[in-house]
Amino acid sequence: MSNPTAKRPRPLSPNIQNYRPQLTSVLSIVNRITGVVLSLCAVVLVIWLIAAATGPQAYTAVQGAIASWPGQIMLFASTFAFFLHLRGGIRHLVWDTVHGFELRSIYASGWLVVVAAAALLTAAAWIVGLWMAG
Amino acid sequence: MNPQDTRSPLARAIGLGSANTGVGHWWAERVSAVALVPLTLWLVASIIAQSGSDYASFIAWLGTPLASIAMILLLIALFHHTALGLQVVIEDYVHSGRKFAALVMTRLGCIGLATAGIVATLRIAFIE
Repeated sequence: MSNPTAKRPRPLSPNIQNYRPQLTSVLSIVNRITGVVLSLCAVVLVIWLIAAATGPQAYTAVQGAIASWPGQIMLFASTFAFFLHLRGGIRHLVWDTVHGFELRSIYASGWLVVVAAAALLTAAAWIVGLWMAG
Repeated sequence: MNPQDTRSPLARAIGLGSANTGVGHWWAERVSAVALVPLTLWLVASIIAQSGSDYASFIAWLGTPLASIAMILLLIALFHHTALGLQVVIEDYVHSGRKFAALVMTRLGCIGLATAGIVATLRIAFIE
């Protein structure tokens, strides 16, 4: 008699490489990747707050790191990731109300997430930000 | 036990099937997401507005009741949402013995970072 608690081979789905990438699947994994990226941004947010609470010297050091070229590139990427995740998340919340599941609306909302929301909002946020910074 | 449980006695004994905590996790992720929509937009707008300001004006801004309350609410919702999201990512992709350690570190890290951020905000609001 076989041991019922022993490890038995579980059924596996085909590997991801076997599928042609589609907008739906790409946006699905992008929502996860941007979520992980934004977790790192949350760490930076806390470092920023701690530096501000520590004093002017620590705050200036963190501000300097963010103002540097690598810092600015990472901040720009983070802004894009934020708007992608925000729009992807709102898309999920709409789905949770059992709306927008038809193939046409799935693709329409998908492209809306990428183009209108993420790209335009990132550009708008940075134009206003640079204008404010003078 | 659910009387409509169709699992065999063996499957029940091994503990296969739902852990019965999925709906709570799913719901908490949505509730925190709803809270984060206005709060993160406020943060981005604030960072843009503060991008040219020095230390003194930044402290003065974060010290106002509205800004410090919004920041603390943001930190709570953000790290709750982060802990729930990272937990799913780890459960889906980490299958080695490191899975347990990763889950514990993520949860503890989120609690620690949220606490640190809230204390920093309170210090600025009440001391600086």
